Amino acid sequence: MSINKEQDFGTPASAASQTVALEIDGFTVTAPVGTSIMRAAASIGIDIPKLCATDSIEPFGSCRLCVVQIEGGRGMPASCTTPVAEGLKVCTQNPRLADVRRGIMELYISDHPLDCLTCSANGDCELQDMAGAVGLREVRYNPVETHLQAVKDESNPYFSFDPSKCIVCSRCVRACEETQGTFALTLDGRGFDSKVSPSQNQAFMDSECVSCGACVQACPTATLMEKSVIDHGQPEHAIVTTCAYCGVGCSFRAEMKGEQVIRMVPHKDGKANHGHSCVKGRFAFGYATHKDRITKPMIRASIKDAWQEVSWEEAINHAASEFNRIQAKYGKDSIGGITSSRCTNEETYLVQKLIRAGFGNNNVDTCARVCHSPTGYGLKQTFGESSGTQDFDSVMQSDVIMVIGANPTDGHPVFGSMMKKRLRQGAKLIVIDPREIDLVSNSPHIKADFHLKLRPSTNVAVINALAHVVITENLADDAFALERCDVASFEKWKTFIAQDYHSPENSEAITGVPAADIRAAARLYATANNGAIYYGLGVTEHSQGSTMVIGIANLAMATGNLGRDGVGVNPLRGQNNVQGSCDMGSFPHEYPGYRHVSDSDTRNLFQQAWQAELSPEPGLRIPNMFDAAMDKTFLGLYVEGEDIAQSDPDTQHVLAALRAMECVVVQDIFLNETAKFAHVFLPGASFLEKNGTFTNAERRISPVRKVMTPLAGYQDWEVTQMLSNAMGYPMNYSHPSEIMAEIASLTPSFQGVSYEKIDELGSIQWPCNEQTPSGTPIMHRETFMRDNGKGLFMLTEFVPTAERTNQKFPLILTTGRILSQYNVGAQTRRTANNAWHSEDRLEIHPHDAEDRGLKTGDWAGIKSRAGETVLRALISERVQPGVVYTTFHFPESGANVITTDNSDWATNCPEYKVTAVQVSKVSQPSEWQQEYHKFSENQLELLEQGMANG
Amino acid sequence: MNKIDNLIKMANDISNFFNADPDKELAADGVAKHIMRGWEPRMRHDIINHYQQGGSGLSDLAKMAIAKLSEQAKV
Repeated sequence: MSINKEQDFGTPASAASQTVALEIDGFTVTAPVGTSIMRAAASIGIDIPKLCATDSIEPFGSCRLCVVQIEGGRGMPASCTTPVAEGLKVCTQNPRLADVRRGIMELYISDHPLDCLTCSANGDCELQDMAGAVGLREVRYNPVETHLQAVKDESNPYFSFDPSKCIVCSRCVRACEETQGTFALTLDGRGFDSKVSPSQNQAFMDSECVSCGACVQACPTATLMEKSVIDHGQPEHAIVTTCAYCGVGCSFRAEMKGEQVIRMVPHKDGKANHGHSCVKGRFAFGYATHKDRITKPMIRASIKDAWQEVSWEEAINHAASEFNRIQAKYGKDSIGGITSSRCTNEETYLVQKLIRAGFGNNNVDTCARVCHSPTGYGLKQTFGESSGTQDFDSVMQSDVIMVIGANPTDGHPVFGSMMKKRLRQGAKLIVIDPREIDLVSNSPHIKADFHLKLRPSTNVAVINALAHVVITENLADDAFALERCDVASFEKWKTFIAQDYHSPENSEAITGVPAADIRAAARLYATANNGAIYYGLGVTEHSQGSTMVIGIANLAMATGNLGRDGVGVNPLRGQNNVQGSCDMGSFPHEYPGYRHVSDSDTRNLFQQAWQAELSPEPGLRIPNMFDAAMDKTFLGLYVEGEDIAQSDPDTQHVLAALRAMECVVVQDIFLNETAKFAHVFLPGASFLEKNGTFTNAERRISPVRKVMTPLAGYQDWEVTQMLSNAMGYPMNYSHPSEIMAEIASLTPSFQGVSYEKIDELGSIQWPCNEQTPSGTPIMHRETFMRDNGKGLFMLTEFVPTAERTNQKFPLILTTGRILSQYNVGAQTRRTANNAWHSEDRLEIHPHDAEDRGLKTGDWAGIKSRAGETVLRALISERVQPGVVYTTFHFPESGANVITTDNSDWATNCPEYKVTAVQVSKVSQPSEWQQEYHKFSENQLELLEQGMANG
Repeated sequence: MNKIDNLIKMANDISNFFNADPDKELAADGVAKHIMRGWEPRMRHDIINHYQQGGSGLSDLAKMAIAKLSEQAKV
């Protein structure tokens, strides 16, 4: 094993298909048109000295270290900015070039600290490398004035900025612009005074910097350096793995020193992220070794008891005997389990297998229930497959991008950066969101062409109005719809949607969106060469979540925006493995590959493979489990990697249900909120401690690789296997690759997937089978995945939510995410990311705040029909009058104490996005918060007692 | 919300979607199929039982659909 540094070709690759041949130092090389001489040389192993060039950003030609001579040409052009041409004869090394380069390096080094031996970049410094490459032996200059005393900026918790080591190559500035699209850095001043400046000469933490790490990655010296490297030194080996945060699924090199992660570096060959990262994946991995990690199994008879540390064998046997006891007493349907989108495909598959084959029922569900279950339903019905249609790269071919109920720059930041790049290139943007997300007008060089600032809960009325314009103004792609879709359904839908009550003018009173904007946006999308739709939880987490997904699919089919690059319907999945956990059969009615449990052929296939009799009946969904618990018919729950007590709606109902159960088994890395109601705690492994795969939002199956020994001794799939064996259903896997082989043998869309192929290709987008052995970046190219190959239009009547505002609850609360925190915050709250967001706040419009006498920082009491909580107020014009907004990353916020039990009609995905509330100025946290705080403190004491006794 | 009220609400919500179809027989089939494929047997049993006791609170379409489920359950 070694660090295996990734080769830097100096400039980005050219996408041209036409090639030219040239000669470099006597060697013939063929390169695509548009390739730089520097890159062409690097491709045959000739490394031309360079400093300001790196292949993640466009060439700049400022350092002049890469100069070459071209036969018949004048001067010494920079090889980074000079493209290849047919027949060129290039010389990269001769005495004259060497003199120039030495002279340049001498100037650089004359204003650079000579502390290489104690420098944090020692061993990984391009300036040091170049000094060696050019043969610098002396520095003749003795400058009167230098930058050596420049003061360090240590404000960022993850990296330092030492301007004394800066060579003003501008790589960081350009990375911030080109790669990240934040434009937080600039070169301030001229000549000797030139310096890299965050924002207007501010500290990094005071600037617009989003801490993505692109600048640190691009820096050729120790100027921008990870503090972990400064503290621990250079890593000595690297293992490629996949980030465990959002649904982008970035590929990272875990750069290690023994079993310690020194830094996570975005992998250049990662097909989802292309070498980019965000603050979470790049820096917020410290939770994996946080002191709160629980590494010993624990049991207790009641949640009022102290925990007792026990051996793995005792904990597993106890859990198994309790589940067996409950089933013997209350019937086999009285227990179930919940899989996690944070766990691997293989782990998820095993949990649902244990439940279906071992428990003997289908009471398995997953956290996708509360996020993208409507996506699964809506896209399966219309397109025939429960997934997005495109790869991420597709956005670079889009001409019009419609973002609905998503906030890519916060929720999916690496993809957000790619989208911003395309928008800066000129693609048009339509944002449909009640709140002003950054893409609307708060991202440099980007402004939405239309922001349809609808009232929360009126998505379906908006999508219907857009579709109405498409049909009534003859903007539909009839040829596509008639050839590719079910014609009868298309005709029926056209009749439905053309009705006058769907018109923008008639919808305006419902949606609050000016009819003219709807008409103009519909025209823009429908007439685009390539129109793409990206959507998030602002679509799904509604009582009409599935209807809206269907409405989006209808619109895309009607306009022919499917089946090629640049178009499509793209759900932005919240967590790292939402797609995978759904693919793996986590829903109570579907086996892996989204096949219904009542389908006898499929059931027989699994029965034979699993050697077990399987139930043909759908099992309980998560909210139904809670109801059944209150009804005393569901009393045992196995929860792997989920925190339902914090993430699910109507907290008081959830907690009552958990209290009503006789055995709750939680497998997690921390004592999360759900574990405070558990009777058995099985310590889990972080993504750094296990092998497996994650599947991201573009159906990309990527490798997760163990870089350190599991702190508790076992990977999660091993724990599930032990529990299964203890319950009497044998499992005998020795490696997750064997689990994947079983998945592939039973799931048509995974038929061609194997660990060998993942290693060979880096990642694979399903479907991967005999017809598509390398995977499928773009779906539905020729036919849809439905049985008859035709897309299905469905009728999408707008049905107002049951959650209504009135005098008592006059405001609508909607929820969302923020860049620095992740989901329930179990991971990110245990990192320095709290420096950006240390508490959830209530965004409220100045008018609504003034009416209530609220100022930023005041305690704001938020009361709904379900409950009451208190957050600090943040006055913001991002929300419209009548709407308030918060995030849900901190358990003490109790955001879900106030959300209701309204849910999507098709899937029971909770209506998180619409809660009628009243807000008032208060002086202290709510009664619930105070009580929960006491309960939580007590549970931590019970934990400490257990650990002390253990 | 108690369990049966919740099931009534769920059935009505499903019916509200399928009610867009002008052919109410097709719409009722859609509702029935959706419940059949998505609801755990205890939930189906409870809603059928409720329907058989008069189906208070169920929309007309939901009643049509659950009548179909009730017939299927007898088979």
